[in-house]
Amino acid sequence: MPRAQMLDGNEAVAQVAYLASEVIAIYPITPSSTMGELADQWASEDKPNAWGAVPTVIEMQSEGGAAGALHGALQAGALSTTFTASQGLLLMIPNMYKIAGELTPTVFHVAARALATQALSIFGDHSDVMAARATGFAMLASGSVQEAMDLALVAHAATLGSRVPFLHFFDGFRTSHEVAKALPLSLDDVRALLDDDAIRAHRQRGLTPDHPVIRGTAQNPDVFFQARESCNPWYLACPAIVQQMMDRLAARTGRQYHLFDYEGDPDAEQVLVLMGSGAETVAETVEVLRAEGRKVGVLKVRLYRPFSGADLVAALPASTRRITVLDRTKEPGAPGDPLYLDVVTALMEDASGAAPRFATMPRVLAGRFGLGSKEFTPGMVKAVFDNLASAAPRNHFTVGIDDDVTHTSLPFDATFSAEAPGTKRAVFFGLGSDGTVGANKNSIKIIGEETPLHAQGYFVYDSKKSGSITTSHLRFGTAPIRSSYLVSDADFVACHRFSFLERMDVLGVAAPGATLLLAAPCPADEVWDRLPAPVQAQIIAKQLRVFSIDAAAVAKAAGMGGRINTVMQVCFFALSGVLPRDEAIAAIKHSIEKTYAKRGEVIVEKNFAAVDAALANLCEVPVPATVTSRLGMRPAVAPGAPEFVQLVTSRIIEGRGDQLPVSALPVDGTWPSGTSQWEKRSIAAEVPAWDQDICIQCGKCILVCPHAVIRATVCEPAALEGAPDGFKSAKARWRQFGEQRYTLQVATEDCTGCRLCVEICPVKNKSETRLKAINMAPHEPRLAEARAHWDFFRQLPHTPRSELSLDHVKDVQLLEPLFEFSGACAGCGETPYLKLMSQLFGDRAVVANATGCSSIYGGNLPTTPWTTNGDGRGPAWANSLFEDNAEFGLGMRVALDQRRRHAEALLHQLAGSVGERLVEELLGASQDTDARIATQRERVVALRAALAGRDDAAARELDALADVLVKKSVWIVGGDGWAYDIGFGGLDHVLASGRNVNVLVLDTEVYSNTGGQMSKATPRGAVAKFAAGGKQAPKKDLALLAMAHRHVYVASVAMGGDDGHVVKVFREADAFDGPSLILAYSHCIAHGYDLVHGMAQQKLAVQSGYWPLFRYNPALAEAGQRPFVLDSKPPSIAFQKYAYNETRYTMLAHAHPEAARSLLVDAQDDVLARWRMYESLAGIPHKDEVPPSPEAPHA
Amino acid sequence: MPDLGTEYLGLTLPNPIVASSSPLAERIDELRRLEDAGVSAVVLHSLFEEQINLESHDLENYLTHGADSYQEASSYFPELSAAMGPESYLEHLARAKKALRIPVIASLNGASPGGWTRYARRMEDAGADALELNVYFVPTDPAMTSAAVERMYLELVQDITSSVAIPVAVKLTPFFSAPVHMATELAAMGAKGLVLFNRFYQPDIDLENLEVVPTLALSSPWTLRMRLRWVAIMYGHVAADLAVTGGVHSAEDVIKSMMVGARVAMMTSAVLKHGPGHVTKVLDDMAAWMEAHEYDSVRQMRGSMSHRAVAEPAAFERANYMKVLRSYALKGDRRS
Repeated sequence: MPRAQMLDGNEAVAQVAYLASEVIAIYPITPSSTMGELADQWASEDKPNAWGAVPTVIEMQSEGGAAGALHGALQAGALSTTFTASQGLLLMIPNMYKIAGELTPTVFHVAARALATQALSIFGDHSDVMAARATGFAMLASGSVQEAMDLALVAHAATLGSRVPFLHFFDGFRTSHEVAKALPLSLDDVRALLDDDAIRAHRQRGLTPDHPVIRGTAQNPDVFFQARESCNPWYLACPAIVQQMMDRLAARTGRQYHLFDYEGDPDAEQVLVLMGSGAETVAETVEVLRAEGRKVGVLKVRLYRPFSGADLVAALPASTRRITVLDRTKEPGAPGDPLYLDVVTALMEDASGAAPRFATMPRVLAGRFGLGSKEFTPGMVKAVFDNLASAAPRNHFTVGIDDDVTHTSLPFDATFSAEAPGTKRAVFFGLGSDGTVGANKNSIKIIGEETPLHAQGYFVYDSKKSGSITTSHLRFGTAPIRSSYLVSDADFVACHRFSFLERMDVLGVAAPGATLLLAAPCPADEVWDRLPAPVQAQIIAKQLRVFSIDAAAVAKAAGMGGRINTVMQVCFFALSGVLPRDEAIAAIKHSIEKTYAKRGEVIVEKNFAAVDAALANLCEVPVPATVTSRLGMRPAVAPGAPEFVQLVTSRIIEGRGDQLPVSALPVDGTWPSGTSQWEKRSIAAEVPAWDQDICIQCGKCILVCPHAVIRATVCEPAALEGAPDGFKSAKARWRQFGEQRYTLQVATEDCTGCRLCVEICPVKNKSETRLKAINMAPHEPRLAEARAHWDFFRQLPHTPRSELSLDHVKDVQLLEPLFEFSGACAGCGETPYLKLMSQLFGDRAVVANATGCSSIYGGNLPTTPWTTNGDGRGPAWANSLFEDNAEFGLGMRVALDQRRRHAEALLHQLAGSVGERLVEELLGASQDTDARIATQRERVVALRAALAGRDDAAARELDALADVLVKKSVWIVGGDGWAYDIGFGGLDHVLASGRNVNVLVLDTEVYSNTGGQMSKATPRGAVAKFAAGGKQAPKKDLALLAMAHRHVYVASVAMGGDDGHVVKVFREADAFDGPSLILAYSHCIAHGYDLVHGMAQQKLAVQSGYWPLFRYNPALAEAGQRPFVLDSKPPSIAFQKYAYNETRYTMLAHAHPEAARSLLVDAQDDVLARWRMYESLAGIPHKDEVPPSPEAPHA
Repeated sequence: MPDLGTEYLGLTLPNPIVASSSPLAERIDELRRLEDAGVSAVVLHSLFEEQINLESHDLENYLTHGADSYQEASSYFPELSAAMGPESYLEHLARAKKALRIPVIASLNGASPGGWTRYARRMEDAGADALELNVYFVPTDPAMTSAAVERMYLELVQDITSSVAIPVAVKLTPFFSAPVHMATELAAMGAKGLVLFNRFYQPDIDLENLEVVPTLALSSPWTLRMRLRWVAIMYGHVAADLAVTGGVHSAEDVIKSMMVGARVAMMTSAVLKHGPGHVTKVLDDMAAWMEAHEYDSVRQMRGSMSHRAVAEPAAFERANYMKVLRSYALKGDRRS
């Protein structure tokens, strides 16, 4: 009997897939990325597969590429697999048809995830796998971590046995990321199930010139149809082969699966049919309902394709009267969702067959649940059974939401519980940066692996990349845990950040009599008085026992900085009593050693110190009989927020979004701009404070601020009358502003405390050089004053654009940013570029944004950072997909041009009535400066005035189109994963099109959003996921490829290298009447250093020549000048001096010094070779210049 | 051919030139070149415990930063495939030991009492022939007395010498109030050798950026003078082998070092400047000088110009300073 392990679904599946494969083609996509990462890691550690060889793991440029490579590997006779989800699976579909059509054994493991529709969702449902159900792949569904491991092996075994390729799927996040106790499969299990003859046969079918064949012919109407039917015997045989493999697995492990597994009353009258993790919750609920005497059961669909209707019917109890089929997908417009239709068909065919199983065919209802990881709880299951039992049951219903529009939803009892008695439940609220999740993964591993208890961990994060809140849900107990939903009624609640108590309903999840553990910034005897009144009331009402520890102080003393994870973990074990204290401490220490040994003895030691100090500082908080606090909860949004924000956004922020009804939400995915300003998160302990006396008003702090929290304006002294106390200003240091005042203010509640502003400030205090013109200061004491200052500042007039010279950073600082307070990481290197773009062109910009970091901090609910100016204008932003963004943006450009042409035609048509001169000006006026654009806007107003009151069709149409006469700037924004890899083909085509679009590549040199996987932008020698040994190939020169088009404006910028250059490039790109490509160096947490030095690193990148600054402007060529201008100086420092400040390079130097040294030499050569090439480009004579003749004497 | 042989830390060496810790010591091929050029022993670059700790902290910090905080990325780096810590240094030491015939002296700069002894033992296990303790401490606390600082040094050396069997040398700072007494105390604590002196990074001020910049220039022959004085004074009083490091560039420098009483002269800057071949030249020059001046052996000249052996011991004392000033004044007079 193997020893049980705590695993998540991804690892469980990856273990089997790795052992059973020779070639693994991968591409990162949430929530499946981990499987590929693990495979790559094991391969880099030379871990063998079941045949003693190390599989080849290859990252491709897209899932389409992965599927293509896989198809090739299969054709060449290798056992091959891949991992994917959602849009990734969609990109594989064309190859899936081919692979299936050629009867090629393979397994695709899919962490099933929603498809992007009205919005992107990274969360789990079956819409992706359902979209692949027509490909000819067999489909096998798992509902738990153990099942995912077992059925992964069944899939690999059955595909070899049947020659039908398999799609093995399990629920994204709920199963892929749930940590649960599982019995691992051994190498012998894998070898025993994989049939050697079938493997040999597969290899023999591989293409080889030694006995060549032709595959992939084109067939004509005479034979295609017959040939297509030729595969039928394999599909007919497939279900029995799957069952055979399930039986073999059972013989070895005792875990028996069937094509359809029934659980419940043998004489059940009401049965639910479904797939995936939801079936576990139904099974759990069925037990409780049966105990109440109800005749109910659940049929779990394992093999969904080939769909064996006869086996399904046979698996149902003969007593079945009513069935509800639950689908976790939505097919709008279909007569029913797919599983429902399949079940109905199976029953109909049985009923109309020769020997029907049922005297009366059971009545079948359809329901939909769990889209995008919507919770599916016992209360919902009961509601489905109650509906099924009712006299007039609802059909085609939904469960889990409140559909107050088409009234599909079933009401349910949220308090109904089906959990096994004795199961302990714990919920931990933590901050992303404090290590809470890591500690809880550790704790649940200790409980699951060091005790006989069953255990489960599931982790929820909010969507912010800075100051994110994490919630850990842990269960453990003597009974197996089948609850595939979040914990409620927790016996133990820990709040690792005291301020959460006033921001969210932390105690809502606590069961009566539960233990509450608080990380408090004060001694235990002061804790009670600091609690908000509603929290005190809940403590008293629920009779909670309260414990507290000043975890931050204990952690700091132990050298742990802000990571309170170890301290809180010890307290959890001490209070929960799951293990005797000494055993718990020993287990924690053992796990610390395992986790941190590689990072150095000193790391282990400081964690040990934290363990040892924790218990001595844990105290019980006395609970009085009555509420004594006058503190209330903090409102979720600031006062004055628009109605939608008050009613909808605030509920999402509070964590009550589940309760929003359908009617509250936009029907087509259209959300209002500019809502991030109302979400005052106050996550920074220290915020910038301005020293107006030494400030030189250069605007650099404003430029680099990733969250647009630092702003300035110049205004008449009179405007500052009535300013709140302490509001600072200084005489404006611009000649044209005379005696006007300059003021710089900070939105401290929106600040993340990244300190980039302080680092970039060029001024030092002459008496105390550590001080600058902007310095960090504690937030809490200044909060009220800063809020008042900010509010006053917001109503000050903006400096008129006409008075500014926008070539200069100093003037650009006075432009209003229309991108603010995003959820990006503290110190993000991407957002300053977006903010600058929004300042310069935001009021006339349309943005197409590739999926990735920028689409998440730019468009992930609850709030949106793209905002509007006082006129209501601002960037119009949309995200389509990852792979299509260049095309998406081009479409916008084409549409705008088309609409403009239409407007022009109408203007010509109506010129007589609206005024020839106005029309002439509207059509002919230059819009090359802000002032001229403003004048054009005035003309549009005049046009509208002239059209007012007219009701002829042409006039009405022109009125509707008139805005398009004002110049629009189309921005195509994305990361390097998009531009260099998955979207490169489209990007190349869009650049070739010659259309006027501006492409901004935020180059972090890895797939940042999915966790730092290598892209073709990753530099040589850098470590990334999928390049654990350092990337061997140099970074692709995307600029050079774009310049090859000759008509594309191409520029390379780095804000920290030369901020004035960035401004210049952005303005030139916008002005260039054709395609522009800007490659923007973006520092990132995936580079591994304190991002406070982000801009300094950018400078070093430029100084080393690694990131040259340049512009290739075809307009210069038109004007008879050299189009390529190298704007940075030749390399003045070694590449190493830049690179070795970053963990992505140094971790290789620690792990493999020799390899690192050799890569460093190559990387330095890359830099110099590229620089020399660019120098020669900058010196290329223009076509009109006469090159020196070979005969000419040399000077 | 005169006998250049000497003894240092119980090791019998064919000549007194030891390659001192430098970036060259980080590469096995460079170490081989030094050996081929004739150095009699090599001191590896220092293992800095503080740096290891700092790197561990940094790595831990950056690998965990952002980890387990966001739904789509539980981490941003692949798992570390090798352990952080002294391993790479120790592996290098073992490789150097295997690659070289000459003795390999490991150099250690610890940061904690436990760290010093732990790493010293591991260096011994990795095959070091001897250990050089690169001890320095910049006392910034105004409340700390010189006696307390000295006690710290002595306890440290005692801890280490009692935990390893290989000979231990201590690289000294020149900033003790009573260097000779300190040297005898260190010898009493088990130090078999004293290396004079450590050279430190010194802070400079960048006036443009108002920043403090650490600097370390290559040594110049001038650097040697202070070493010569203190070796001369210590010779015969201290029960430990003396070594000169800093400012040894030429055969003359080596000979001077031997004459004031050093067992070996360590060379870094000159080798960095001219390459390992420089050592061969110095050895040749040394032999030629000795032949020309009819010296049979290095042992013969050892201590011959020490404080107690010279005719004018005062030359090593304070009077020297005044004399030098006078000679400058005279030169000045002549110029004007």
